[in-house]
Amino acid sequence: MTLSKDDVRKVALLARLELDESEIEKQGEHLNNLLNQFEKLQELDVEGIVPTSHSMPVFNVFRKDEVHPSLSQSDTLANAPESRDGLFIVPRIIE
Amino acid sequence: MSNYEAVIGMEVHAELLTDSKMFCSCRNEFGGEPNTRCCPVCLGMPGSLPVMNRKAVEHVIRTAIALNCVINPNAKFDRKNYFYPDLPKGYQISEYDNPIGESGWIEIDINGVTSKVRIRRVHLEEDTGKLSHVIGDESEVDYNRSGVPLMEIVTEFPPDMHSAEEAYAYVTALRSILTYIGVSDGKMEEGSMRCEPNLSVRPVGYEGFGVKTEIKNLNSFRAVLKGAQYEIDRQIRILQSGGTIIQETRGWNDARQETFSQRSKEGEQEYRYFPEPDLVPLDITQEWIDEIRKTMPELPRAMRERFVSQYGIPEYDAGVLTQARSVALFFEQTATLCGDPKAASNWIMGDFARLLNMEGIEIHQSKVTPTHLAEMIKLISQDVISGKMAKELFEEMYETGADPRELAKLMGPQISDESSLGAILDEVISSQRDVWDALIAGDEKKFGYMVGQIMKVSKGKANPQQVNRLLRERVQSS
Repeated sequence: MTLSKDDVRKVALLARLELDESEIEKQGEHLNNLLNQFEKLQELDVEGIVPTSHSMPVFNVFRKDEVHPSLSQSDTLANAPESRDGLFIVPRIIE
Repeated sequence: MSNYEAVIGMEVHAELLTDSKMFCSCRNEFGGEPNTRCCPVCLGMPGSLPVMNRKAVEHVIRTAIALNCVINPNAKFDRKNYFYPDLPKGYQISEYDNPIGESGWIEIDINGVTSKVRIRRVHLEEDTGKLSHVIGDESEVDYNRSGVPLMEIVTEFPPDMHSAEEAYAYVTALRSILTYIGVSDGKMEEGSMRCEPNLSVRPVGYEGFGVKTEIKNLNSFRAVLKGAQYEIDRQIRILQSGGTIIQETRGWNDARQETFSQRSKEGEQEYRYFPEPDLVPLDITQEWIDEIRKTMPELPRAMRERFVSQYGIPEYDAGVLTQARSVALFFEQTATLCGDPKAASNWIMGDFARLLNMEGIEIHQSKVTPTHLAEMIKLISQDVISGKMAKELFEEMYETGADPRELAKLMGPQISDESSLGAILDEVISSQRDVWDALIAGDEKKFGYMVGQIMKVSKGKANPQQVNRLLRERVQSS
């Protein structure tokens, strides 16, 4: 399987990465190398093996349903490029 | 329009009733000053780590049990990746291929006919922040809701529902169950429960499916009924005039009672799900499930059936009384205390419900207690007060929370003795001479009018059975 330049552009858009033509070229090569590695892995027979989502045999790590103090409104908004009346201001998203 | 049938699936989101959020210890509560219930975890700050809220997980297991689901012992969380300003991390923690509950069902009733609606999955995720579009090219974001535990319940495909009434019956039955088991407050108006039907129509007998649309912004249970019906009619109208349905999301405009196009769906969104590396998987053991099952309350349908058999009240009454658990419990206590279940049911569904509706409160917030209502019902059956007096007394009791026995004393007793009633009769006969003459001349319609006048003169205190009997005797002997 080989990714086309358009595939690379699509993946870049999904990850919100802005790539110029030479970067698309380069990232395309990297991605194709990666995919080749996966194709190699696919040669293995994994019949009957449960997919692994986590490598450590640790389960059910919970916290109690308890409220702890939150950040102050000013701390929450401290890194906001723009805020008003306690709210984050973002560019309008047109659907 | 009769040769088309609708096919309706439903996606329901319910915020879970916990004190704290899903993956952090910020408060989970509706409203509040914006951005005051936030921390590095629910703001998606780099380096912060989520930790699962045990109670939220138990709420979903509890729901899965109530919805007759198979529980997945190896449930886990996944990342659903997309960019939107209400999602500070750039991904939502959700469950993709191993949801907590699968393959469930509930029963609904339409005009006395029971049918099953199958449920495909019940899973746990986190709610997003609240985005409000302001005028101009800006939007405002409040992250208080970000990270609130959110449960998603999706019906099975192919869907079992074929009418707006069924869609309405399904969401209201679901609300009853979720509020009974205490996992959600089921308030669509406040957005803690959100119902999104997906709907298509097809010619009756056709096995395939038409193009479907999804309805959003339904802000009440009534809107589910109205919105689904509007959309069914709209699609049929388009097909009958030779048009085609566009696959899209449509918003419900409650003021205009119609749906409008929001955006067309260009294929499946690419969410690039993968297992959430910041959380370990769940291990839901049978012991844990059994423990939760032990704490399950009686569910609405079981309670309804029991009310019919145990208290002998009509199906209809039992259905109304068991919609909300607080009402069902109120009824049961009142019925037990007064020994007259039908009277308890009548008062709760009648005058009481009307006053609660007017004030916009729930039964458990009212000043009337089951003990007081039962006392009042006993006062009627013991002939201390008439039914008419009771209506007045009930309103007083509703306003003040006073003991009905005290109120009855203040009102004075019911007038039942023949000489007092006779005097009132004389008074009314002389003041309503024309009516009386007509009545003894054989105009039976005047009988009820005379009874009404007597009740009025006695200020509602005359015993109505006695009045009827005495008046009848007078007419016959005149």
